[in-house]
Amino acid sequence: MSEYEERLQAWVGRPVGTVRTGQDPVNVPMIRHWVEAMEDGNPVYLDEAAARATGREGVVAPASMIQAWTMRGYAASVREDPAGPDELTDLLAEGGYTSVVATDSEFEFHRELVPGDRVSVEETVDSISPEKNTALGAGRFVSTVKTYRDASGEVVATQRWRLLRFRPEDKAEPKPLRPRPAINSDNAFWFEAAREHKLVIQRCADCKSLRHPPGPCCPQCGSFDWDTVEAQGEGHVYSYVVNHHPRHPAFDYPLVVAVVELTEGTRLITNMTGVAPQDVEIGMAVVVDWIDPDPDLSLPVFRPAENKER
Amino acid sequence: MSRSFEDVSVGEELPELSIPLTRTMIVATALASRDYQDVHHDPSLAVERGSKDVFMNILTTNGLVDRYVTQWAGPAAVVKAIRIRLGAPNYPGDTMLLTGTVSAKDDGGRVEIKVRGTNAIGPHVTGTVVVQLQGSGA
Repeated sequence: MSEYEERLQAWVGRPVGTVRTGQDPVNVPMIRHWVEAMEDGNPVYLDEAAARATGREGVVAPASMIQAWTMRGYAASVREDPAGPDELTDLLAEGGYTSVVATDSEFEFHRELVPGDRVSVEETVDSISPEKNTALGAGRFVSTVKTYRDASGEVVATQRWRLLRFRPEDKAEPKPLRPRPAINSDNAFWFEAAREHKLVIQRCADCKSLRHPPGPCCPQCGSFDWDTVEAQGEGHVYSYVVNHHPRHPAFDYPLVVAVVELTEGTRLITNMTGVAPQDVEIGMAVVVDWIDPDPDLSLPVFRPAENKER
Repeated sequence: MSRSFEDVSVGEELPELSIPLTRTMIVATALASRDYQDVHHDPSLAVERGSKDVFMNILTTNGLVDRYVTQWAGPAAVVKAIRIRLGAPNYPGDTMLLTGTVSAKDDGGRVEIKVRGTNAIGPHVTGTVVVQLQGSGA
């Protein structure tokens, strides 16, 4: 048994905290709030005559409400307890079990509560399970017994109570997709080649001049006829900026956005890889590399040429 | 009108009760039970703690099961036990359908009812309630 397990199991049979007495005695206003919220129409909770008609001496509290009488209340729920935190809760948090959900409650009621009753509760640890994998995450079931007493010490109810103390699973959102390029019939060939990790350049079929970005018409001679050549994948940084803001969640920042001039003479806007933003320089020799941000998108990026052999 | 012990037979089914689970109701019942845990009223903290939204607290589930059975049994019934296990959380926007069947009677006027509350995800609550009914058997 690990040292942590031993410290946990040492709690079995021990009381959790001290005996807690309800802040207010059983009272009609709180009963009214309860039955209104529960939409419980049973008249014995608010109507004296209806309660007497059932053989009772007067109104009674709903049986299920017993736990509410000894709840800590708002102030203690939201502030650090000056008397010190609950040591068992702390010990469980130390093991990473920071979240909690109630799983079982078994009440046995010995008598009905009536306005004026002062209820106290004492809670004793019954068992602490080994770590179990649950739908919520890995956790331990902590079973306790709560004993409810009235002012004279008479037991009015018992409650077997089970909580799952668990480690919330990391629900990190999947990284959003990189923005889609606006693909049309004039530029589709370039992105299709990129998917095969080929960097191509559009060439005029008539005057043979190269152009980028792709377009339908040669800016030199006006021809609509074109083909492509595959670039060698080498060039230099013509210019660059380092983006810090605004951020798009698909990118890592700081983000280098560079204009790379290929040895063939055309330029393209791209990202840098394998180099810290502060080490990028205009004129730096670069070679192409490829990234596949998602199954539908491959894009050329550039890294410093001296890193080529690494 | 309260149900008498003689009127009840094992196997008898309780009328179904459908409860719309609004966000306001989930928060109002949590507060009426003096339960200020953030997972019962603060959606963003509930998500941080591993839930998809705020969810109904167990004290309210006990209250609704109590209401369901005593509505059938009548005002003279005295609740002697409520034993529940929670499953699928009750999230806002869902509906819980409560069903029940009389599962046992003893000689002392006590009747046990098996209760089940199901929402869109699955069973939210399963358990038993024991009530003491009036009648010559009591």
